[in-house]
Amino acid sequence: MKTIIPVGPYHPLQEEPELFKLFCDGETVVDIEWETGYNHRGIEKINESKTFEQIFFVVERICGICSTSHPFAYANAVEEIANVNVPDRAKYIRCIIGELERLHSHLLWVGLAGHFIGYNTVFMWAWKYREPVLDLFEIITGNRNSYAMFKIGGVRRDITAQQIPAIRKILNALKPKADLLFGAVLDDPVIHMRTKGIGILTKQDVIDYCAVGPTARASGLAIDIRKDDPYAAYGMLDWKVITAQEGDVFAKAAVRFLEIYESIKIIEQSLAAIEKLPEGDISAIVKNIPVGMGCGRAEAPRGEVFHFVKSDGSNSPVRHKIRAPSYVNVATFKKSCVGQSISDATLALAAVDPCYCCTERMAFAYDAYTKKKIMDGNDLIRHSQKRTEELKRKL
Amino acid sequence: MENEELIELLQFKFKINIEKVFIQYKNRVLMQIRQEKLMKIATYLYKDQGLRFIIASAMASDDKFEIIYHFSNDKTGLIVNLQVFLPREKPEIESLVPLFVAADWIEREMHELFGIRFLNHPNLVPLLSQGNWEPNAFPYAKNQKPKA
Repeated sequence: MKTIIPVGPYHPLQEEPELFKLFCDGETVVDIEWETGYNHRGIEKINESKTFEQIFFVVERICGICSTSHPFAYANAVEEIANVNVPDRAKYIRCIIGELERLHSHLLWVGLAGHFIGYNTVFMWAWKYREPVLDLFEIITGNRNSYAMFKIGGVRRDITAQQIPAIRKILNALKPKADLLFGAVLDDPVIHMRTKGIGILTKQDVIDYCAVGPTARASGLAIDIRKDDPYAAYGMLDWKVITAQEGDVFAKAAVRFLEIYESIKIIEQSLAAIEKLPEGDISAIVKNIPVGMGCGRAEAPRGEVFHFVKSDGSNSPVRHKIRAPSYVNVATFKKSCVGQSISDATLALAAVDPCYCCTERMAFAYDAYTKKKIMDGNDLIRHSQKRTEELKRKL
Repeated sequence: MENEELIELLQFKFKINIEKVFIQYKNRVLMQIRQEKLMKIATYLYKDQGLRFIIASAMASDDKFEIIYHFSNDKTGLIVNLQVFLPREKPEIESLVPLFVAADWIEREMHELFGIRFLNHPNLVPLLSQGNWEPNAFPYAKNQKPKA
């Protein structure tokens, strides 16, 4: 019996709520279709009526999880038009915020992926260790989310000398905990069985779909905007791009795990650099935005964010085009999910995009003929968790 | 290949099909091209030079539509912007989907928001509205004055 399983449409945590229809033949997913635009807010259009400064607060609200990467890319675009020299201190502070965001976003994903495969301990641990990162945000920016740190020419708030030891203390405490968590996860034989060889995306698939971020890097394509087109202080810091070759869920997880260590490294170096720079020099004066076009990019936790801004010399843009990484990554489901069983497809979907925690409220399985509901989001997760239990028993 | 080399090579290879070249800032180049040559130039960038398609930005003004296709050279950080102009009366251009799947969604979106038609697109259905917007409204095309 052929069954259609719709997953979606509303994902309040996702920047693009979508409806996925998994076409299943028995246990196997044979095709996938999607509908998008359920939460189309017309932000590109709204921005045409906002001033360049106001847009920071709009773009920050595109996505709750990566609420810094959009202002980051937008600032890069506008600063390109106005040819602004951002002070070094502001560049390092921007890097710190960007990397803290990657830390909390990756930890969030690890927790959710753990929950999907029935490892709720992983979920509890990962989210417990994510909490101090959010506290760090509160120390530095005053907010746990939507940090409002960016402005044209620099940042709004400085990191003071008194804050630096507190930041270091929390980061140092995070490292052994991350070691413990990742050691436990990456050595677990059941997790290996659940994630290895699942949702494989080959290098050619990534090139065809122009996928970005950890999705591309896990398939052996070393693209990272921080390295390829360095912005802020990334060109002045020592870190490396993490890649894996397999392209499966395990590789995507491993890339994210290792990126957490790189992020900590970047933050530590930035803090050391800040200490040597004069306090208070965090913003350049920008009087007006001339006529021109700017392409700004930033590496969000999920991949490249791209902002295109066209200015006609007035105080608001003529056109502001935004491309979030999920826009290209989500399309790869057609390759990664087809041929998988339903319980693995849930994981393959989750592997590309971490914003999946609301599945239980929006995924329903309907019988294709009778339209009777046979499975909801909870069932899907239970289904996936049952599979893990079976594997555990087999071992 | 260095950025300057690639730009020179493009100009040499496509000559008159590239009408104007602006080197904007470091690592950014804008090329105004003839719209019928888009496929050829895009194929060269994507297939031969290994550039990645980022996205396309459409814009509307009183007399024309404008699309900028953004390509990224991930080895050097260069963004190649291919700019085409389309007349308002007949906004049509060849689809890039036969070349790479990544153009699928954005072309559907531009079709829906601006009314630009993409020839040879396999599935030019609305991406965002689920068909429940007013037909032929094209909200970003700026052909209607906002209601008071």
